[in-house]
Amino acid sequence: MYKIKHAEFLAPNIKKFIIEAPKIAQKRRAGQFVIIRVKDGGERIPLTIADSSLEDNTITIIVQGVGKTTKELNSLSSGDFIQDVVGPLGKPSHIEHFGTAVSIGGGVGTAIAYPIAVALKQAGNHTISIVGGRSKEFVILEDELKKVCDEVYPTTDDGSYGFHGFVTQKLKELIDSGTKVDFVLAIGPIPMMKAVAETTRPYGIKTVVSLNPIMVDGTGMCGGCRATVDNKTVFVCVDGPEFDAHKVDFSLLEQRNRTYRTDEQLALEKHECRMNNLH
Amino acid sequence: MEEMSKKDRMKIPRQKMPEQDSFERSSNFDEVNLGFTEELARMEALRCIQCPKPSCTTGCPVGVKIRDFIELVSKGDYLAAAAKIKEDNALPAVCGRVCPQEEQCESVCILGKKGESVGIGRLERFVADYERNTSGIRTPEVKAKTGKKVAIVGSGPAGLSCAGDLIQMGHDVTVFEALHEIGGVLVYGIPQFRLPKEIVKAEVEALTKLGVDFQTNSIIGFTDTVDELFSNGYDAVFIAVGAGLPYFLNIPGENLNGVYSSNEFLTRVNLMKAYKFPEYDTPVFNCKDKNVAVFGGGNTAMDAVRTAKRLGAKKAYIIYRRSEVELPARKEEVHHAKQEGVEFLVLENPIEFIGENGWLKQVKLQKMELGEPDASGRRRPVAVEGSEHLMDIDMAVVAIGNGSNPIIQKTTPDIEYNKRGNIVADDITMKTSKKGVFAGGDIVTGGATVILAMGAGRKAAKAIDSYLSNKEIW
Ligand SMILES: Cc1cc2nc3c(=O)[nH]c(=O)nc-3n(C[C@H](O)[C@H](O)[C@H](O)COP(=O)(O)OP(=O)(O)OC[C@H]3O[C@@H](n4cnc5c(N)ncnc54)[C@H](O)[C@@H]3O)c2cc1C
Ligand SMILES: Cc1cc2nc3c(=O)[nH]c(=O)nc-3n(C[C@H](O)[C@H](O)[C@H](O)COP(=O)(O)OP(=O)(O)OC[C@H]3O[C@@H](n4cnc5c(N)ncnc54)[C@H](O)[C@@H]3O)c2cc1C
Ligand code: SF4
Ligand code: SF4
Ligand code: FES
Repeated sequence: MYKIKHAEFLAPNIKKFIIEAPKIAQKRRAGQFVIIRVKDGGERIPLTIADSSLEDNTITIIVQGVGKTTKELNSLSSGDFIQDVVGPLGKPSHIEHFGTAVSIGGGVGTAIAYPIAVALKQAGNHTISIVGGRSKEFVILEDELKKVCDEVYPTTDDGSYGFHGFVTQKLKELIDSGTKVDFVLAIGPIPMMKAVAETTRPYGIKTVVSLNPIMVDGTGMCGGCRATVDNKTVFVCVDGPEFDAHKVDFSLLEQRNRTYRTDEQLALEKHECRMNNLH
Repeated sequence: MEEMSKKDRMKIPRQKMPEQDSFERSSNFDEVNLGFTEELARMEALRCIQCPKPSCTTGCPVGVKIRDFIELVSKGDYLAAAAKIKEDNALPAVCGRVCPQEEQCESVCILGKKGESVGIGRLERFVADYERNTSGIRTPEVKAKTGKKVAIVGSGPAGLSCAGDLIQMGHDVTVFEALHEIGGVLVYGIPQFRLPKEIVKAEVEALTKLGVDFQTNSIIGFTDTVDELFSNGYDAVFIAVGAGLPYFLNIPGENLNGVYSSNEFLTRVNLMKAYKFPEYDTPVFNCKDKNVAVFGGGNTAMDAVRTAKRLGAKKAYIIYRRSEVELPARKEEVHHAKQEGVEFLVLENPIEFIGENGWLKQVKLQKMELGEPDASGRRRPVAVEGSEHLMDIDMAVVAIGNGSNPIIQKTTPDIEYNKRGNIVADDITMKTSKKGVFAGGDIVTGGATVILAMGAGRKAAKAIDSYLSNKEIW
């Protein structure tokens, strides 16, 4: 059992957890993730390690409630326990001194991009962050990013805060206004990552995305997380999760993530029904 | 039972294993075989003619003293029989159920020459179940603590048997397991209807009582590396991580929704209990009234196809590229699968999966014929020109074997591996090329059997004990 030391909502439906996990805290590097099981009988789901503290022996995860398991997790509070946490999984991000690095996060993707932005800054890059959200309340971690990045640009789809428009429009504006961008990291919903890949492709800017297929074990044992990159099958949990955005088959990823759509709906309805009965 | 003459005893027919009705069981996950009653067990035991030089034992990879334990069964001393088996086999309730007995102990039983061999596996299972259900698994004596610590990586049959021996020898033992449950393939691969998980649980509980420390959620290589285990105070390491890398067919369409590796399909159903979805949270492809094809012919393929049947598949096929005689699965599994309505398409090879909107709809098959024997001695299947044809399927499971998972190799490069990524280990001591590190089970042999993995675990325990008492191993 893994103790939740602290929990708070960062945005509607997006919650931050600080969890006691000494081994993982010591080991983890930017870009890696854990797999958790909220309770006995629960599903194993992957979540990125957003931060860690060596003094407190803790890791931080930031979770968006999208289905049964993430919503159940988001109903837990400080002092509660999580049944299983395993990691750190996946390859750490490839960090080097690129020059100017832009890290783009869409929605909860910002949580996944955050530790990588920190590492990019530490490697001496001029680090720019674009933080996208549907509206103001969905722009997360802006203050944290401001502490480490050289430039931070919030964007909202509805214009309620920061730049009015998509993260890709802001990125294009930066490039076209003469900023020499050497590296782009984009993490968020699949359509957003696809759009960023298409934005940077004509400029030949090295672009990396972090893929989010459905996983089971996270150790390369089941092959459920397979994706196609550069026309080859990869197991995202061990070969990734980060890949060259210009070579990823995003439609396949979208298609495979739809495998359990009806079942997920069913599980969620059952869960919400039970939650409502409790109130 | 009164004394019977040898001649009379030889007239007793081989006792049938009571089993669940095939129609009923094809829609539930309860165990198929129900096990002998005491009467059946003693009757079967009486069939053994107590050979002065029993050939049966030579057929058992770990040399179980079969004649002696069967004699104890015939006398009704089942607990003594259990103890006798355990001198050589740490997991009789498991092996009695899943060993390919017809190729091992039973294949060389003298009675098999003229009629039917003694049901050794069934007796082994009976004895182990009797012990577990009556007195509980007996906890043996543990020697005085030696102060030495051993780390075991992986909790399949190799890891569990090694842990059991080492703890009795007085060493401190920690078992590190990547998954959230202990048991390896016994819990995530072999289904409930063939090996109830309660049996594995009872074995694990017995080991916990003896003092074995189980650490789940610990992936050695990631959570700690092998070298870090040594710096954390372990004196020796036994690597028993199994063969956990699924092979795919590498044909077009393999990433369509509805195409699974057997590892994923079975893990979702067994470990994650998807057959109880939505009571349990993990889903699996809804097989109800669908056509399911499983590619391969081994135990894994049989487990997958019988699982699909139980999940409600309308049609469940085994598609295998050689002929039926070459099927590597245990005969009993093939027999049970057929009884349950599984259809076998042999001498057929898949060459493409075809989908619609991302979902699997058809497979393109090619007919095969048998040519010259290959390196394995089996006749090589050759494609028949122009024999391609389509078949409608909704779900496919690829069960063509496993390679070795590269996590340990990548993080501990100073152990010697062979070309296929298996760890090279000594036959007798299971030592590897790295001092203090031993290895056994599927990670050394490639996908094999429970009894071989168990045997390797015990050999390693013996050698580790010597190593820890400063005997020369390297
Ligand atoms: C390497 C990796 C890192 C991740 N890091 C984070 C993180 O830091 N924070 C976070 O909130 N989420 C993260 N995710 C996504 C998270 O794992 C999923 O949201 C979660 O598995 C959904 O489970 P559920 O039961 O709540 O929803 P489900 O009921 O399973 O699904 C609800 C909806 O989410 C979609 N979905 C299902 N599985 C995934 C998936 N693996 N990724 C994306 N969408 C999915 C479904 O198609 C469906 O529309 C990460 C995924 C991966 C692979
Ligand atoms: C579906 C199926 C059916 C089978 N049926 C039969 C049968 O009927 N009869 C028979 O004799 N054999 C059968 N086998 C084969 C048999 O199960 C295996 O040969 C045996 O389990 C191998 O044992 P093992 O201890 O080497 O490894 P495994 O049982 O594979 O256990 C290895 C364990 O190590 C863990 N692990 C892996 N990497 C790490 C790591 N880095 N750190 C920590 N832990 C790790 C794994 O999660 C796993 O739990 C079957 C196999 C399968 C897949
Ligand atoms: S362990 Fe397996 S091979 Fe050996 S006697 Fe028992 S059933 Fe037969
Ligand atoms: S060979 Fe057969 S009959 Fe002879 S001792 Fe073994 S089991 Fe009994
Ligand atoms: S999640 Fe099973 S192989 Fe990646």
